[in-house]
Amino acid sequence: MKELSLNILDIAKNSVKAGADTVYVTLTETDDTFTMQISDNGCGMKPDFLRTVTDPFSTTRTTRKVGMGIPFLKLAAEQTGGSFSIESKHESDYPGDHGTVTTAVFNKNSIDFTPLGDIVSSVTTLIQGSPDIRWIFSHTSPDNEVSLDTQELKEVLGDVPLDNLEVILWIKGYLEEAYENC
Amino acid sequence: MKSLAELAAIKEKMQNKVVLREGSSETRVVVGMATCGIAAGARPVLNAFVEEVGAQGLAGNIMVTQTGCIGICQYEPVVEVYEAGKEKITYVKMTPEKAKEVVEKHLKGGKVIDEYTISNV
Repeated sequence: MKELSLNILDIAKNSVKAGADTVYVTLTETDDTFTMQISDNGCGMKPDFLRTVTDPFSTTRTTRKVGMGIPFLKLAAEQTGGSFSIESKHESDYPGDHGTVTTAVFNKNSIDFTPLGDIVSSVTTLIQGSPDIRWIFSHTSPDNEVSLDTQELKEVLGDVPLDNLEVILWIKGYLEEAYENC
Repeated sequence: MKSLAELAAIKEKMQNKVVLREGSSETRVVVGMATCGIAAGARPVLNAFVEEVGAQGLAGNIMVTQTGCIGICQYEPVVEVYEAGKEKITYVKMTPEKAKEVVEKHLKGGKVIDEYTISNV
């Protein structure tokens, strides 16, 4: 992946597939670290499967026997001297409190740190692809905070779906403006 | 400054266009967005389709959606076009530029761009 925002797009799609209705995409920066956390209330994973998810030969896809999404992210974080973790509660074991939290910490000063890239595009792509999910995005750094909660947009929009073209373009413009004011 | 008032205006406008309900679309453009697609550049391809379909005034008749792995990772970014009553067209190794061309010539003009389809690789 050429941009970290592509890993974010890829990993957040796992939450969509897990049937989550709320997904948090939280980016937190300090001067030296960049932390991405994707947290959902989807079906979760059983401990046996969870242990194997960083293995490329473990996947839910049916068209291939390999799944590279999580291994890519883990590698991207660890090659900067950062860390990766994934925690999950499966719905059968935790009926009222299930879901998955994926966290990757990057060392921004490492030469192997992949730039974030076009995060606005990743966020709009996630919303366009799954407009019924509540997406709660936030990106906090020492001198700025950008955030978006699609629930707030839905309250204004009523029946108009979030994947309506004009709505998507508004979201894109809104986020771009928020980043420009950094 | 983008405001929620603008969003409310979009809502007003859309409510006047009840005819163009979602799901009534005759044509579906499906972009493969699994790890393989994303790594190969599917995100800008998807965005090009969404924006160009809008720019050409086709948003009411054409639905642009995402899917997982289509199974031919070596040809990603892969885009499938489903038109009512016609055979599915599979475009491979797509770019945002090719996407714009597909919207203009195929989706608007009705002419499949053979050189970008899978039967031509």
